[in-house]
Amino acid sequence: MSTSESRFNLYHYAAPQAFYPVAGKLAPIFAAIAVVLAVAGLWIGFFKAPTDAVQGEVYRIIFIHVPAAWMSMFVFLVMAFWSAVGLAMNTRLSALMAQALAPTGAMFCFVALWTGALWGRPTWGAYWVWDARLTSQLLLLFLYLGYMALVAAIDDPRRRDKAGAILCLVGAVNVPIIYFSVKWWNTLHQGASVSLTKAPSMASIMLSGMLVMALAAWAYTISVALYRVRVLILERERHADWVRGELARLGEAS
Amino acid sequence: MIWDSWGAFWEMGGSGPFVWGSYGVTTVLIVAELIMLRTRRVSSTRKLNRLMRAGHGRKLPEVQGS
Repeated sequence: MSTSESRFNLYHYAAPQAFYPVAGKLAPIFAAIAVVLAVAGLWIGFFKAPTDAVQGEVYRIIFIHVPAAWMSMFVFLVMAFWSAVGLAMNTRLSALMAQALAPTGAMFCFVALWTGALWGRPTWGAYWVWDARLTSQLLLLFLYLGYMALVAAIDDPRRRDKAGAILCLVGAVNVPIIYFSVKWWNTLHQGASVSLTKAPSMASIMLSGMLVMALAAWAYTISVALYRVRVLILERERHADWVRGELARLGEAS
Repeated sequence: MIWDSWGAFWEMGGSGPFVWGSYGVTTVLIVAELIMLRTRRVSSTRKLNRLMRAGHGRKLPEVQGS
């Protein structure tokens, strides 16, 4: 690795040693962004967005339900992306990125299911139905939990990375199934209110609250994943001299 | 202003349990994730430090990729 390299080199940051301090700098910035956006989004959601003409107040669940559901699908795709990069280029950091994202994706997946149940009861009359959208989302939760269990169960880091990556790539097939389930099957779950191809079918103030909350969820995920990947890097690279230096520094600080 | 009073706000037009049940559990999960992450960082750093001081750091049977 050349230190005299002056122009930005992406491959440089693929090295855990180079990425570790960068992640440390970026994580608190994204955490601050997440807090600001969440406060703004909740303010819009509870104090600016009007009562829904059909659903009354219960629709306000949308401000966490939709961002959480989007995030749970998107995070799995990002994990699949890093898995593919890791398998193809044999970069250590890629698998660690996927592993750092998994718990947050699982959390959002559970939140989407939980808030959906609490929204379904007053509007559909049932907490749960075996509808294609709900069932495929539940499968996504099991994929997250399965991935985390698999990764935790394998001691050898290379085998762990490879097995996790394969599960991610295979499981990613489920994500388009979730997304298009409302089109492909006759589901109780409503179709997309927001899509790239047509104008959104909801009031703009409600939409803006939802989008701000979605951005907050993004910033939260990035921040937490960066904090987590730093721990994973230390654990994985513990034999490296720079990690020993960093550990000594952290040991004195605590 | 949408809400006549704080009482009306918490009541959410009769949907209080559903709305606050959603937001409450989400908040609890986020806080739990942050606590677990912190706990892991602290315990992991401590454990690695102990291994390093004991001089076992280089002997652990792990293969590093390149």
